[in-house]
Amino acid sequence: MTLLEIRGLNTYYGESHILREVDITVDKGEMVCLIGRNGVGKTTLLKSLIGLIIPRTGEILLAGTSLNREPPHKRARGGIGYVPQGREIIPHLTVEENLLLGMEALPGGLAKNKIIDPFVFELFPILMDFLPRRGGDLSGGQQQQLAIGRALLGKPKLLLLDEPTEGIQPNIVQDIEAAVRRIISETGIGVLLVEQHLHFVRQADRYYAMQRGGIVASGSTQELSQEVVEKFLSV
Amino acid sequence: MELILECLFNGVAIGSVLLVAALGLAIVFGLMGVINLAHGELMMLGAYSTYVTQLIFKLPALKPFYNAYVIVALVVAFIVSAVVGILLERSVIRRLYGSPLETLLATWGVSLILQQFVRSVPLAYGAGLVLSLLVGFISPFLLPQKLLEGSRGRLVRAASWAFSALVGVLGAGGLGSLVSRLGRASARNVDVTAPSWMRGGIDLWGVTFPIPRLVIIVITFIAVLGITWFLNRSVWGMRIRAVTQNRSMSDCLGISTERVDVLTFGIGSGLAGVAGVAVSLLGSVGPNVGASYIVGCFMVVVLGGVGNLLGTVLASFSIGIMTDLIGAGRLLSIWPDMPTPLASAVDFFATTSMARVLVFALIVVFLQFRPAGLFPQKGRMVEA
Repeated sequence: MTLLEIRGLNTYYGESHILREVDITVDKGEMVCLIGRNGVGKTTLLKSLIGLIIPRTGEILLAGTSLNREPPHKRARGGIGYVPQGREIIPHLTVEENLLLGMEALPGGLAKNKIIDPFVFELFPILMDFLPRRGGDLSGGQQQQLAIGRALLGKPKLLLLDEPTEGIQPNIVQDIEAAVRRIISETGIGVLLVEQHLHFVRQADRYYAMQRGGIVASGSTQELSQEVVEKFLSV
Repeated sequence: MELILECLFNGVAIGSVLLVAALGLAIVFGLMGVINLAHGELMMLGAYSTYVTQLIFKLPALKPFYNAYVIVALVVAFIVSAVVGILLERSVIRRLYGSPLETLLATWGVSLILQQFVRSVPLAYGAGLVLSLLVGFISPFLLPQKLLEGSRGRLVRAASWAFSALVGVLGAGGLGSLVSRLGRASARNVDVTAPSWMRGGIDLWGVTFPIPRLVIIVITFIAVLGITWFLNRSVWGMRIRAVTQNRSMSDCLGISTERVDVLTFGIGSGLAGVAGVAVSLLGSVGPNVGASYIVGCFMVVVLGGVGNLLGTVLASFSIGIMTDLIGAGRLLSIWPDMPTPLASAVDFFATTSMARVLVFALIVVFLQFRPAGLFPQKGRMVEA
């Protein structure tokens, strides 16, 4: 069943045309990976989906509902969880408060939801030990886990992950990969991932390759040939 | 000993006024990064609210409760200033986020408008206007949500505003006819008379503590505690802190940043109103009363370190104590036989206005060495 459908998306920064006629679909329970070299518009695409950038033309449908004109907080409440590049943890808030903020996307917001789902601590046990610490004091890998946990607490239908393994030590990369797979198998949500690590890319079901703001190739990651990898992944 | 006590008390009293005035500014400027030059005028509105409340309590029906009017005035002033502040945010400042210079100019313009408003419009009309705005802002939350949706929603909203306007007009008319002094415009300063229990002072250890100043210290103490609790313990406080530190990510998490802005601005402005009550207890109330506090408030916020409540508290008390130390020429009484040139210098600065000059000059010097104030932000979070 189609969860996310993007049709003919065109995004501009001022006058420069960044995304050109992008069409993408993500199904329920599916992990889809966006690949492409730096600066081709992968992050811009995710930002257009969460609403930080408003596309000029095109349509974004989440489970059949158009999100075109909604501000980010409405999209978050509508079921999009966003884990941005650079994590964007709220630095002076404690880890616990950061997690609580994730539940703002639930109906009723924080006022009605005060208990952190223990599923998050199963996925990332380290967060349990750091609850009273300030988010900004955590290491990059810990912040990444916190950012994913925070997004999950909003019970999203679709999770957007922007380079979750960028600049993170290898053992945590494995934890994060395992966690993302577990999230999909246990909750059945869709994941749209931007990633440079080939190992992680291969975990996805399908891929879309981007070049200069457009989708130039797509298919199952099992068919991801060495040629495509060399062309679209900066190694 | 008595000297130290007196100096400390006076300093804390001066600092308290500064603190309660700067607290709202610290929230608006420190948390939202908005330079609101109309903050002083919001204080002025708070002071006028005290005056109006006092006159209403002089009516025969309310006369028995006259002694309690200060407490009612605190609530009234908070609401009045908050409503005007929210109107200011919705109509002007919201359009100027991210351009501090334009905000500065626009809010300065608003401050002039507000000053002229109290000069040329009868206070009863002003009260009616605020009343109708208040009803208009609140009514969408009181009406059933169903009524506001769909095509009927627009109509319902218009009707609710029409109703609010009616309430305002009735309120203005009623107030104007009940209290004739409120029905006429007047540019002259007015005086708030303290209730009988607030007159005089308490003698302790050979020092007299004037009760109005004690009341101000208590008000400040409660305001600081309340705000600290609100920001650190309540749900909305957490949202405010989140939006302050990372606006776009907070939006992506599902926080309505617009609502947070309105609330933050409303609380900051409301605190200015509370400060206005304190100011009205100290001297006469006029259209310019706020303007004389605004510079001091900004000094407190900058000296304390932007976005830091503890810094704001310490900064206002240290400015208060320094002002008293210099302004009352206390060095002379501590050291009566100091050399003549030094003594004349101390004497020269021993007036309220010269003390201010010297204190501000000292702050400027201090900021040369510690540009981020007393408590700069440190650590990994600074870049984040």
